[in-house]
Amino acid sequence: MSPWLRFLPLLVLVAFVGAVAWRLGKPAEEQIPSQLVGRQVPAFTLAPALPGRPGLASTWLAGGKPRMINVFASWCVPCIAEAPLLMELKRRGVVIDAVAVRDRPEDVAEFLANHGDPFERIGSDPESRVQLALGSSGVPESFIVDGQGVIRYQHMGPIEPNDLPRILREWEAAR
Amino acid sequence: MIAEAGLAALWLAAALSALQLALSFGLGGEQGREMRAVRAVALAQGLLTLFAFGALIAVFLNSDMSVLLVAENSHSQKPWIYKFAGAWGNHEGSMLLWVAVLALAGAVVALFERRLDERTLGATLGAQAALALGFFAFLLFASNPFERLNPAPLDGRGLNPLLQDPGLAFHPPTLYLGYVGLSVAFSLAVGGLIQGNVGPALARAMRPWVLAAWILLTLGITAGSYWAYYELGWGGWWFWDPVENASLMPWLAATALLHSVNVLAARGGLRAWTMMLALVAFSMSMAGTFLVRSGILTSVHAFAVDPTRGTFILALLALYIGGALTLFAFRIADVKEGAPFELVSREGGLVANNLLLSVILGIVFLGTLYPLIAEALSGEKLSVGPPYFDSVAGPMALVLASLMMIAPQLRWRRDAAPILPRLAPGVLVALAVLVGTFILTPGIGLLPRLGLAIGGGLLPASLQPLIGRSLRRTPLATWGMAIAHFGVATAILGMASDSAFTREQLAAARPGETVEVGPWLVEFRSVSPVAGPNWTALEGELRASKGSGVTVLKPQSRFFPSPPTTTNEAAIDTSWNGQLYAVLGEQDGQGRWQLRLWWKPFVTLIWLGGILIGLGGALALVGRMARERRQRIRGEEAFA
Repeated sequence: MSPWLRFLPLLVLVAFVGAVAWRLGKPAEEQIPSQLVGRQVPAFTLAPALPGRPGLASTWLAGGKPRMINVFASWCVPCIAEAPLLMELKRRGVVIDAVAVRDRPEDVAEFLANHGDPFERIGSDPESRVQLALGSSGVPESFIVDGQGVIRYQHMGPIEPNDLPRILREWEAAR
Repeated sequence: MIAEAGLAALWLAAALSALQLALSFGLGGEQGREMRAVRAVALAQGLLTLFAFGALIAVFLNSDMSVLLVAENSHSQKPWIYKFAGAWGNHEGSMLLWVAVLALAGAVVALFERRLDERTLGATLGAQAALALGFFAFLLFASNPFERLNPAPLDGRGLNPLLQDPGLAFHPPTLYLGYVGLSVAFSLAVGGLIQGNVGPALARAMRPWVLAAWILLTLGITAGSYWAYYELGWGGWWFWDPVENASLMPWLAATALLHSVNVLAARGGLRAWTMMLALVAFSMSMAGTFLVRSGILTSVHAFAVDPTRGTFILALLALYIGGALTLFAFRIADVKEGAPFELVSREGGLVANNLLLSVILGIVFLGTLYPLIAEALSGEKLSVGPPYFDSVAGPMALVLASLMMIAPQLRWRRDAAPILPRLAPGVLVALAVLVGTFILTPGIGLLPRLGLAIGGGLLPASLQPLIGRSLRRTPLATWGMAIAHFGVATAILGMASDSAFTREQLAAARPGETVEVGPWLVEFRSVSPVAGPNWTALEGELRASKGSGVTVLKPQSRFFPSPPTTTNEAAIDTSWNGQLYAVLGEQDGQGRWQLRLWWKPFVTLIWLGGILIGLGGALALVGRMARERRQRIRGEEAFA
């Protein structure tokens, strides 16, 4: 065994202890910034989730005007809690499109009939492909995309009343 | 009073470990007397620590809320089994368990080890005492389990409901016994390196410890995987979570060590490599415990983060591992290499096994720590998930499994006989399975497809070492190897089948509606409230059928008042060809309930394989120990 190789395990240990000591000295932050902010929306085309309504494609998201994408599902309980706030955002001029994850048209229709329909376009994502491409790990999740198709803001989990000012601020900034 | 007695016992044991360390370095006088003294000290230290652990269990069983640890982690209304298991379901208690096992292992080595010369044994016991001393200090100065709380509260805060499960009584102690069993291999390697005595005798002394620790790790990981599977309600059996990886890494190192220590014991080869693995295996155990206990990595096993404790264990870890690796670097040149061997030979196969296992270990190590390193270097926050581990470690594991079809059949040193006839049964079955999957299920992924083929081929191939010999006279260790390898094949088949054929259904259903998943039609009958000893729950009633017969599944959404938490109790129906897995979620406004259903064909093979692997190990251990005993008796007779 070459003399250098003998010291290799020791080097690995030094690297390990160094990295860990650095982390101990600097506790992790609670908020993890989204990796997707500042990136182009991944290319996708989704069939309509409801007959007679338009589907959603990434080309639509670079139309010069900002849009919000809401990832939701009719089987998702927090999405119900969020629904009135989406209506409120629509009332204040936010244009919202939706991705319906692993859903059936009749369930989506029932959901929108019961909880309000703030959406312009609804794409159906039966296998969660677009949801994953967007980097969304669960429902509901919302993204604000600017007129060039660049993601400006990602909101994980249901939108709650005290999230509205922040979202409206991000919306203004994306215009 | 019990708490004070336990604490006093811990202090005494710590003092004894310091004494043992001093004695082992030859501060005690004549050789023979010194060894006797070390034995007595090691035994007393082991018994005192056991007493301290018993005292902790007693205060938990009595629900003595004046002890801080009990007040924080227990509750008088808990079933007694969880009061009992709650003693080690927390940081301080689990560290006390760790130290108790460490001290007891040291006592067993001191009392029963007869294969080694006295100097090497002395150095080994010194190393074991040094390990114990550090962890005693950690316990006494940074995590005192017996600290009092004044005034005592009326009742405790309760144990995390996820941990209120019979699995908890079994899973952590098994893993800890495994981790700490590897400490003996570590101490033996240090002792051997200090005395420059690395040879077959050392390997034979090390082997039962490695084997026993490895069996316990195997069973502990298998149990933990099944616990996560049914308790978390996510339908998965392995998540590549940092804490899971922390238990997998010592297992990988121990698996490699288990194979190489045989080469050293039987042929005197792979000396440096075996010593390295012995150091790495326990280092991984310590690093794993540290990662779990310090909360450094984000994990589903959210343990309390405490920088002081983290720094303390990190210092211990740097000292022990650093010391051992430095010793290795300077002393290993003096270790003579063993008998040479050719590429195609049993030794060659075992070297390949060791290299592959080490690479997988490296992959897991890198993936687990990469988020930390990336953030330290570039400030970027990221996480490494299953796609990395599956796609990198999966193929390596399959290469390793392919090697297992032939390597156990090779001869020691040199094997000139044709390989192909011996390889034929496995390869033919694997090819048949491969063709079969292309015809029957063309849509499955590459990795699961190869897994099915190689797992299928390994089933007959793993039994080939038993063929052509008198089964009654075949050593138990050979039986053990065949069964363990058969278990690996079984587990691979289960994993491949789960990832290839699982069907998942997410539905929002009203009572009376029917949901389809795989071959099953599941009728959602009703939801009704039920109450348990320290929880209330909403219980769904599902009637599942596929053609004939009806199975009733009752998944629960449980609410624990203390501490207030909700858990999902999955309902699982096991049949010979798989499991139907149901989770009851929340209710929406219109009387619909979230249901998650999975049909998982042959998923049980994963854990059945794990148990077979452990069983094979146990047979090998019993066989080896019985044989050594016979040889010793024969040797003593010859001497008389």
